[in-house]
Amino acid sequence: MAVTGLILVGFLLMHMYGNLKMFMGEEAFNHYAEWLKGDILYPLVPSGWFIWIFRVFLLAAVVLHMWSAIYLWHRSAKARGSKYQHVTRKVQTYSARTMRWGGIILALFIIFHILQFTTKTVPLGYDLEQTQHSPYLMFLGAFSSPLVWVIYAVCMIAVCMHVRHGFWSAFTTLGANLSKKAERVLNGLAYFVAILLYVGFMLPPTFVFLHLAPFGG
Amino acid sequence: MNITLRIWRQPNAEAQGRMVTYQVADVSPDMSFLEMLDMLNEDLTVKGEEPVAFDHDCREGICGMCGVVINGVAHGPSVTTTCQLHMRSFSDGAVIDVEPWRAEPFPVIKDLVVDRTAFDRIIQAGGYISAPTGTAPDAHAAPIAKKNADRAFDAATCIGCGACVAACPNGSAMLFTSAKIVHLAMLPQGQPERHLRVKGMIAQHEAEGFGNCTNIGECAAVCPKQIPLDVISQMNRDLISSLFKRDGK
Amino acid sequence: MNDAVDYYIEGDPVADTKAPAGPIDKKWSERQFTARLVNPSNRRKMTVIIVGTGLAGGAGAASLGEAGYNVLNFCYQDSPRRAHSIAAQGGINAAKNYRNDNDSVYRLFYDTVKGGDYRARETNVHRLAEVSANIIDQCVAQGVPFAREYGGLLDNRSFGGVQVQRTFYARGQTGQQLLIGAYQALERQVAAGTVKMHTRHEMLELIVADGRARGIVTRNMVNGKIETWYADAVVLATGGYGNLFFLSTNAMGCNVTANWRAHRKGAYFANPCYTQIHPTCIPVHGDTQSKLTLMSESLRNDGRIWVPKKAEDCDKDPRQIAEEDRDYYLERIYPAFGNLVPRDIASRQAKNMCDEGRGVGPAVTEVGQDGVERQVRRGVYLDFADAISRLGKDGVAARYGNLFDMYLQITGEDPYELPMRIYPAVHYTMGGLWVDYDLQSSIPGLYVAGEANFSDHGANRLGASALMQGLADGYFVLPNTVNDYLADAPFEKIDDSHPAAQEALASVKGRIDKLLSIKGTRTVDSYHKELGQIMWEYCGMERTAEGLKKAIGLIRDLKAEYWENVLVTGVNEDFNQSLERAGRVADFFELGELMCIDALHRRESCGGHFRAESQTEDGEALRHDDEFLYVAAWEFGSGGKPVLHKESLIYESIELKQRSYK
Repeated sequence: MAVTGLILVGFLLMHMYGNLKMFMGEEAFNHYAEWLKGDILYPLVPSGWFIWIFRVFLLAAVVLHMWSAIYLWHRSAKARGSKYQHVTRKVQTYSARTMRWGGIILALFIIFHILQFTTKTVPLGYDLEQTQHSPYLMFLGAFSSPLVWVIYAVCMIAVCMHVRHGFWSAFTTLGANLSKKAERVLNGLAYFVAILLYVGFMLPPTFVFLHLAPFGG
Repeated sequence: MNITLRIWRQPNAEAQGRMVTYQVADVSPDMSFLEMLDMLNEDLTVKGEEPVAFDHDCREGICGMCGVVINGVAHGPSVTTTCQLHMRSFSDGAVIDVEPWRAEPFPVIKDLVVDRTAFDRIIQAGGYISAPTGTAPDAHAAPIAKKNADRAFDAATCIGCGACVAACPNGSAMLFTSAKIVHLAMLPQGQPERHLRVKGMIAQHEAEGFGNCTNIGECAAVCPKQIPLDVISQMNRDLISSLFKRDGK
Repeated sequence: MNDAVDYYIEGDPVADTKAPAGPIDKKWSERQFTARLVNPSNRRKMTVIIVGTGLAGGAGAASLGEAGYNVLNFCYQDSPRRAHSIAAQGGINAAKNYRNDNDSVYRLFYDTVKGGDYRARETNVHRLAEVSANIIDQCVAQGVPFAREYGGLLDNRSFGGVQVQRTFYARGQTGQQLLIGAYQALERQVAAGTVKMHTRHEMLELIVADGRARGIVTRNMVNGKIETWYADAVVLATGGYGNLFFLSTNAMGCNVTANWRAHRKGAYFANPCYTQIHPTCIPVHGDTQSKLTLMSESLRNDGRIWVPKKAEDCDKDPRQIAEEDRDYYLERIYPAFGNLVPRDIASRQAKNMCDEGRGVGPAVTEVGQDGVERQVRRGVYLDFADAISRLGKDGVAARYGNLFDMYLQITGEDPYELPMRIYPAVHYTMGGLWVDYDLQSSIPGLYVAGEANFSDHGANRLGASALMQGLADGYFVLPNTVNDYLADAPFEKIDDSHPAAQEALASVKGRIDKLLSIKGTRTVDSYHKELGQIMWEYCGMERTAEGLKKAIGLIRDLKAEYWENVLVTGVNEDFNQSLERAGRVADFFELGELMCIDALHRRESCGGHFRAESQTEDGEALRHDDEFLYVAAWEFGSGGKPVLHKESLIYESIELKQRSYK
């Protein structure tokens, strides 16, 4: 759970960094997108293979992550036994409480996200024809749509809440929380990463949506 | 004070339980929570009704035998054992819900009494140092840095009450298990069996049907001995390193 | 004149035959050598029952299991880790002389005998002092986290009024840490299969077949099942009987039933009247109080004890009472020792002040010796105002912070602002089943260890000695003495068809049926409280011949009423706490009567037993070594009167002196 979770957080950070290239203009962004599908690690692996290796790796992480989650969920439900008539939680954070249902929402969001931008099965907000060779234009098109912007703004809250608890929890599970101070530091870092991700991911779409420079104005 | 209690009544392990409402009058704020239950039971007995069964023994917060969930919180509103909770923590006319610890590995025996022998079996799986009687070297043979001795002590104050399990949304006993692992791992005497211990105790924790830890922190928040959450992380670290050790087995 | 002659029959003297002759410091090694051995391969053919899982029982079960015997271990709690040894706060003594302050085995031996007011058996106490150092080694090896200094070595403090620093401690939770150490050793043996643990089982009868203790009858407290268990030897490590007083520092479940059943089967009960009443406990808050909590005695080092001079000031805010209206009675009566007088004197004077109507705190209903019900305030102030102005609040907090927090938690009053209220409470019972040097009772094959026996503390126990005795008995004595008896085992197999088993089973079932069938009008607790009040009034801190005789009458009447009118709900075949208590209280009645008879017959004051008729002009306890230098070992009298067997106490290594604190 912890290892796969951290891999996915690492991917998110990378993804966020890539998205910020939107601010550098069409060419830079498209080039980056092209590069991802191109010659990374070439000639160690044949050209174009990297992206698929990477996808398989990510998929494995996601599957393992979900499999662990389902296993834990099942165990917890079994271990909990009969239900309390009166439940009061003293310290559980909202993000910790919503890890499981939040995780399901996340999974659906990821599927939607892939269908929208990777397989382009659901070209919501952009024109399939016009943006065929420019992920940049696809991005611009999609996030000009209020519906898409709202979907992402909301779903990214779910993502970041999941990361908020997950980041702290992963490090704790891996044995990094050895004192009260470590607990404070890890929780602080978790908030930082979660907020960073939200801001980082939402900046380009918001600029696009509001037609701020460099996407309009 | 007048108190309204809604208490979980369950005749035995197999039977269905339900909440039953009782009124207790003339409660003094200086009474402990268990003395208030004593008062209810005296009253029920005289009326010919079955008194409420609850576990308790030392009534000074150290044996770990007592423990009920009060208004949804293990051991109730102040961070202490149920026997050390006093009625001054409640207001006159309060309605108080009283339930047993609930977890699959802690089956209800009757009313508020549960079976916690799973904890003993976790200790049996390695929660000790093999030091046969009479073979010990002099107590001063191995000095121990005070900070290690203090951390060992902090973990060793666990009273095995089970509040951590009762409070955990996952029904996990990791705080209990790791408190013992950390207590022994902080001491030089505990080193030879360190990796064997962590593997054995966690395997037993699993076999008993406790849930796993997802680092929520409810356990440490209700622990009457304030065992810190970080003992779990320290145990995880030991577990990870033990996976790479054969430990003679 | 002996007031008690009508209450008992004097039998033959009794003596320990196991301690070898020779110098006192060679006796234990000599006994270890002369005790017959059991070949390791034969040990697994022998079964030992151990009842109780505290320091003595848990350590004994772990050690005997490790030695290779089949051990069956029983406790009434849900886990062996709950035994009341866990509640001991202060520490454990050991003659390590780590402090280089003249300590030695002999000094620990001497202090313990003197502290016991010369009513303990020299041989047993010397052995206790000898093995004390091994206990610390053993516990450290098990991982008991004793307090340490920055150099990494163990810390010591002085405790219980002795002049050397020999007490090892683990904050205020020494008992807990030692018990958990023994518990872990025990669970290791459970895992190894040498010990079979039976929790929530209460021993209700001893099976004595063909003159030997061969088994016990238990009730499974979950389903009421009555079962028999057989063995080659039986060990009782079932603790003390302070709960007889209803209010005590004992756990709620502590009881005398196992010991009393053994006593009825022939085990002598020694010195039952020796009870220790601890002066610094949190007072009773009202009629519904269920137990009393001890506050460490160390508080008297800095606190000043007082009550108002005038009874009408008793319900005032203590801060409003002027200095000249306060009576610092210990400082007034004992100018030399002041607040640091010994436990028994501090306790007795607190009682005197409250009897005079100058107690403080909430008034509690009591029935006095004249039979009149009245409201009495049972508490005296322990005031830290001076200490706070001298040391500062932080200085006081550094010394006593955890105790102040505990006091606040229980009483809701902040001792930094208001003086603490304290009152004496029953804490420990020095009396118990009579045992010889091997810890064997007067029934062959029945061993008794820890607080349950009488052997080491005489008439008064020193602080930090109870933990030492429990572990000494369990870890080091029993494993070296039981073998001498088991050398003749295994004994002929017996089962439920044996007449002794039949009789024991019938007795248990008969009592349970009787208790359930009375269906009277009064609850078990109401009888227990009344018995406790009688004992506290007449056989508590101060005893008189007249009072004790009255108490015996009251107890007999109450017992008779109990068996006519007690109300026990439910059925046997269920988890039935009302039934559990009913059986225990029934035995407390019988013990209470014997305690009063013992107290009545001992017309001297010694240790925790203070007879008003026997005191010096200054109100100090006055012993009569000419008449009472013996252990009173009582045999259960089938004719209604107990039979007294005297064991003369022979002091060869220590000179008898009158205790003096001037």
